Amino acid sequence: MIGWAMAENHPLEIVAGGSKRALGRPPRTDHQLDVSRLSGIVDYEPAELVMTARAGTPMADIQRQLADQQQMLAFEPPDWRKLLASNAEPTLGGVLACNLSGPRRLRAGAARDFFLGFAAINGRGDAWKAGGKVVKNVTGYDMCKLQAGAFGTLSLLTEVTLKVMPKPETSCTLLLHGLADDVAIPTMLRALNTPHEVSGAAHLPSPAARRSGVDAVANGLGGVTALRLEGPAPSVIYRAAELEKLLGHGDRLDAAASERLWTEIASVESLVAGRERYLWRLCPTPARASAVVQAIRARLVSADTLFDWGGGLVWLNLDAEDAGPDGGAAIIRAAMGQVGGHAMLVVAPEALRAATPVFEPASATMDALQCRIKQGFDPGGILNPGRMWEGR
Amino acid sequence: MIRMPAPDEAVLARRSEIVDALRRIVPGEGVIDSEPERRAFECDGLTAYRQLPMVVVLPETTAQVSEILRYCHANRIKVVPRGAGTSLSGGALPLQDGILLGLGKFKRILDIDVENRCIVVQPGVTNLGISQAVQAQGLYYAPDPSSQIACTIGGNVAENSGGVHCLKYGLTTNNVIGVELVMMDGEIIRLGGKHFDASGYDLLGVLVGSEGMLGVVTEVTVRILPKPPGARALMIGFATIEGVGHCVAEVIATGIIPGGMEMMDHLAIEAAEAFVHAGYPLDAAALLIIELDGCAAEIDHLIAAVEAIAGRHGATSCRASQSEEERLLFWAGRKAAFPAVGRLSPDYYCMDGTIPRRQIGTVLQRMEEMEAKYKLRVANVFHAGDGNLHPLILYDANRPGELQRAEDFGNDILRLCVEVGGVLTGEHGVGVEKRDLMGTMFNDSDLAQQTRLKCAFDSESLLNPGKVFPQLCRCAELGRVHVHAGNLRFPDLPRF
Repeated sequence: MIGWAMAENHPLEIVAGGSKRALGRPPRTDHQLDVSRLSGIVDYEPAELVMTARAGTPMADIQRQLADQQQMLAFEPPDWRKLLASNAEPTLGGVLACNLSGPRRLRAGAARDFFLGFAAINGRGDAWKAGGKVVKNVTGYDMCKLQAGAFGTLSLLTEVTLKVMPKPETSCTLLLHGLADDVAIPTMLRALNTPHEVSGAAHLPSPAARRSGVDAVANGLGGVTALRLEGPAPSVIYRAAELEKLLGHGDRLDAAASERLWTEIASVESLVAGRERYLWRLCPTPARASAVVQAIRARLVSADTLFDWGGGLVWLNLDAEDAGPDGGAAIIRAAMGQVGGHAMLVVAPEALRAATPVFEPASATMDALQCRIKQGFDPGGILNPGRMWEGR
Repeated sequence: MIRMPAPDEAVLARRSEIVDALRRIVPGEGVIDSEPERRAFECDGLTAYRQLPMVVVLPETTAQVSEILRYCHANRIKVVPRGAGTSLSGGALPLQDGILLGLGKFKRILDIDVENRCIVVQPGVTNLGISQAVQAQGLYYAPDPSSQIACTIGGNVAENSGGVHCLKYGLTTNNVIGVELVMMDGEIIRLGGKHFDASGYDLLGVLVGSEGMLGVVTEVTVRILPKPPGARALMIGFATIEGVGHCVAEVIATGIIPGGMEMMDHLAIEAAEAFVHAGYPLDAAALLIIELDGCAAEIDHLIAAVEAIAGRHGATSCRASQSEEERLLFWAGRKAAFPAVGRLSPDYYCMDGTIPRRQIGTVLQRMEEMEAKYKLRVANVFHAGDGNLHPLILYDANRPGELQRAEDFGNDILRLCVEVGGVLTGEHGVGVEKRDLMGTMFNDSDLAQQTRLKCAFDSESLLNPGKVFPQLCRCAELGRVHVHAGNLRFPDLPRF
């Protein structure tokens, strides 16, 4: 199929479930390649911490199989269906192609860190593979890293192997109330620098906190800062007490409420409102998170925010009118340039995602290098052209 | 023995001119020309392979590295980057017609950023040096290859080094968050930084573990972690290898990820015990050291759980460390396993395959059969948690034919690792050593795609050629595109 597309010069949009079609730039293609039938778990050995599945396997199937063995994907893949206004079924290949990671990313690593190997088809139509099916491997270049986050522009994943991890025995979340952003960020960083293995550190400023579905968060006063602890019960109890001694007492969420809150944070539900909005995802140098938001808010007053990853991830929701014709890109990227990091426009109408660079623009040297890499995988520009950058 | 690419006579003929050009870039003693001094760089940790480099250059600044590479690129001169030279796979083996680019003078720690949990260092800082720089703050750098006193972070980035703690804390790739990189044409780029993840392709991810073939790293930012408040080790003896395998599988299936989980076979136990007197059980067929870290409540809880599992799988002895001294003593034997085995034999050859853990019994059985076939003994140390085997083949290089037999034996072990579903190298890298075995794991299509990536960074194949890939890269041939009806997309882009 890809060979045909290459020979006949027909660019393809790769789709499995289609839940993330609205993510990235709108690809300029006249055909879709539906890989949803490349589905099913091929091999799963819980004691080896390894799972191999076809790329189109629904995430729901993966999560169910793992849960049956008290295991999980440690990078906590977020469900962005509400965000992207989709009812479609997210698949494993899509999660990896977009390198989507949830709140535990700050401790456990990103999707790319658990991606051990794959089989794929490049833009020439050649089947190829890389990596392996064991947890430790340095044989050849680490192509998994390159595929993760390439949004299907380098090769079509057909089968993937992942490292899986045991589910923590229990969890609990400490809530601190009333912290302003510029106090909450250093507080989270302080918690992360203790040996208490905080596995989630998020701050919901007052407006976001009030929209939470978790009562203790919604009913609080001011901003709510959440710190998650996971592990064996005696350890979680001890560490929670130690953290409270250090940071002060707030509320404690039990395992069930904790899970609800972190699922909500992962899916950015507290920022998904009904009005027309542009949603940006910023990855700044963590300690500069509140500074960057302040700088942006000085120019874009409608900015509604949510901080995750101890400040390493900032969600920024803008009023369309306030954001202006470029969706706020110039102001946001100038502010990010001051602190280091990158910004992605996640939710915006198709026309805006076509007109404004969705991903952080690269330097000329980096751009040329990425262009040469794309050429090496997909010389005809068949795979998801335009998804990441205009014209390729 | 593995053959290296034939030297370029034209480059060799220009040697003195090249030395002069390098002296203009790096003044003073930074260019090493005399044969006795170059001799010090003729090999890395894979000492069976030696080659005198054409010239050695030790720059001190990124600008110098950039100028050197720009010059070499313009003059088509090969370059081999080198850190401390501790590679066990020949990753830093020099070329007769190549410049050896040593990063040993890049020794500065540039920025300790506790708030952002990272440290920025130059590539010549040792792995242990990073942890020492932040120990006063209660922090450390997690990956700990056994050569950590000597090996440099630049080399760790090139090889994606592991260590005994990587099951829980990850390899180098999971802990490096930014680099400054000089490409073969002299261009300087930055990948990553103090922030999370990449925008665009994850070039940092593919750079780590690229064995010095994509660029030269001149600055590295790594994640630093708070030290666990405590750690205790269990030393468990087993009468059978199968018992060990089942015990390890159940520990993990139960949901416990120990800080470290190491196995040694009988010969390795004997050698280590004679060397460090750690109190290892000499009657055991195999020994397991399991380290559990965290707060005291967690450690006690997990020790009890692991002891119970070990009991169910036929442990013949089980001791938990009662003090920090005792914990270190348990580890002392494991950490000294290589030199200890070295005392049993004039030479040993260290292998590094990974297997699915459930295959450990089969693999050790087959290795025993190979010992008979090759008439050489093997001691086994094994990162049991992640299935990474380190068989040490004992031989005597002074006996005719033994080195070749040891290499053939090693190759058979690695083929076996691939046959049972594993890989050629878990942490030492392909380098020269396993280059010609790449075909057992990858077909031509797989290798062509890897090579195309190399071409995007180094189109003339000047950076560390002769390593990793069994055939030298031919970018022009790989770039061939089959065009239908003359419709080439992006016709204005250069093809090479």
